[in-house]
Amino acid sequence: MSIIKVEDLSHVYSEGTPFEKTAIHNISLTIPEGEMVGIIGHTGSGKSTFIQHLNGLLKPTSGTITLDGRDIYESKQFTHDVRFRVGLVFQYPEYQLFEETVYKDIAFGPSNMKLSEEEIDERVREAAAFVRVEEELFEKSPLELSGGQKRRVAIAGVIAMRPSVLILDEPTAGLDPGGCQQILQNICEYREKSGSTVILVSHSMDDVARIADRLVVFSKGSILMEGTPEEVFSHPDELTEVGLSVPEPTSIAMALREKGVDLGSAIYTTDQLVSAITRWKGGPVC
Amino acid sequence: MLRDITLGQYFPGDTVAHRLDPRTKLALVVLYIVGLFMAKNWISYGLVFLVTIACMAVSHIKPKTLMKGLKPLIIIIVLTAVLNLFYTPGTQIIEGVPMTWEGLKKAFLLVMRILMLISGTFLLTYTTSPIALTDGLEKAMNPLKKLRFPVHEMSMMMSMALRFIPTLTEETDKIMSAQKARGADFETGNLLQRAKALIPILVPLFVSAFRRADELAIAMESRCYHGGEGRTRMKQLKYAARDAVAYLLGILFVAAMVVLRHYGL
Repeated sequence: MSIIKVEDLSHVYSEGTPFEKTAIHNISLTIPEGEMVGIIGHTGSGKSTFIQHLNGLLKPTSGTITLDGRDIYESKQFTHDVRFRVGLVFQYPEYQLFEETVYKDIAFGPSNMKLSEEEIDERVREAAAFVRVEEELFEKSPLELSGGQKRRVAIAGVIAMRPSVLILDEPTAGLDPGGCQQILQNICEYREKSGSTVILVSHSMDDVARIADRLVVFSKGSILMEGTPEEVFSHPDELTEVGLSVPEPTSIAMALREKGVDLGSAIYTTDQLVSAITRWKGGPVC
Repeated sequence: MLRDITLGQYFPGDTVAHRLDPRTKLALVVLYIVGLFMAKNWISYGLVFLVTIACMAVSHIKPKTLMKGLKPLIIIIVLTAVLNLFYTPGTQIIEGVPMTWEGLKKAFLLVMRILMLISGTFLLTYTTSPIALTDGLEKAMNPLKKLRFPVHEMSMMMSMALRFIPTLTEETDKIMSAQKARGADFETGNLLQRAKALIPILVPLFVSAFRRADELAIAMESRCYHGGEGRTRMKQLKYAARDAVAYLLGILFVAAMVVLRHYGL
């Protein structure tokens, strides 16, 4: 079952002025329910523009977007509901925190949904637990937190709306390796527990490759490649051409293959590389 | 959206108008306004109109672009026209209705005056980058330094403010989108609700503006910025032959206007 279906989507910024710029061009994409989709592309490839269409923040210049089989512009009410059903976490989401306390900030989304107090409370606690924001932090000001904590609070603010699709734009940008690791782990856990669809936008191959089921590669406003990480990373040359790179373990495996050591093709995490090398060493002696 | 505001926006280009020294352009705008206010009757207004059209043609600015910039002023223009049309004494166009021929003429000329006044100043900002404009202003205000007026500091502040307008606009756009993604509603509700809806935008915007100001100050200090004293510039403003021609044309224009006014044309 596909949850989001995009057909022939194009978007032109400042149409009719000297600043006119086509950001994305004729994009068609189907996102199956429950999948973890990674969108990768170089800066300016149109990936951020694309995802803002999925919850109706940007209106397409042409093309349609359907959620659960319904056009998101079908009615005003539905367009409004789409905001809650497709949760979008922007780049550097910590800059959107504004409430006096962490608790109130996470509750901002749910309270816009006009839920009851108890329901809001339940959702805030649940969302905070997903991203490991301890309850002691609830009464603190979001501005007092560390960078990684702020980011997790901001993500919790979107998760608290219980969206059926969660989109994250560069969730690990600007964090230290530990913080990156933690956020990615939180996202994986969230997806396992909630069963919702997750779209992860990133320019870092290593992050995405590890956790995504499927990859979509953007280049110059259109889709260059689409498929499982295995399929996508088997075209290293095309990726390099558009300024992307294959994950480190994959390039090591490829270098080894050139030297005559064939480890197989499905290698894009450190674990896979280690086990493949171990397997190769334990295999028939040459 | 916010980025569609064209008021005072710079359109990059490479026409004579773009290459003129900013000081020349500032002076020309002043001369243009002086000339415009001397206009009294059809012929003098016609001359100003021709000059405006000529300037637009020279700077390759399309009438459509200019019209877009004039849009926010429609209320003022309509109000001026209506007031003059009804409150000028004279012969009535239709018996019994307080509209007069004199009023019609006055309304038309006044509206033309407003339109041309704004078009002239728009042409300046359309063809001059904010940086060039502040540079020109600084140079033009140099004599004030003798009166201990902090000319350099003022123009530095001005160029920084101008520099951050697009950044803050973009930031506002981003914050608005982020809050909309969390279901914030800026378009419906009564005045109080709408004012309250601004809090989720204003708080993050102020926080980031202060952060930016802080970072900018540190960046400037670490590059040894210490005010205008002894500071040299990479791009020196230099007058060229075309500036002399432009000044001459400007003065000729004002002279012509003086003559026309003298004869009441």
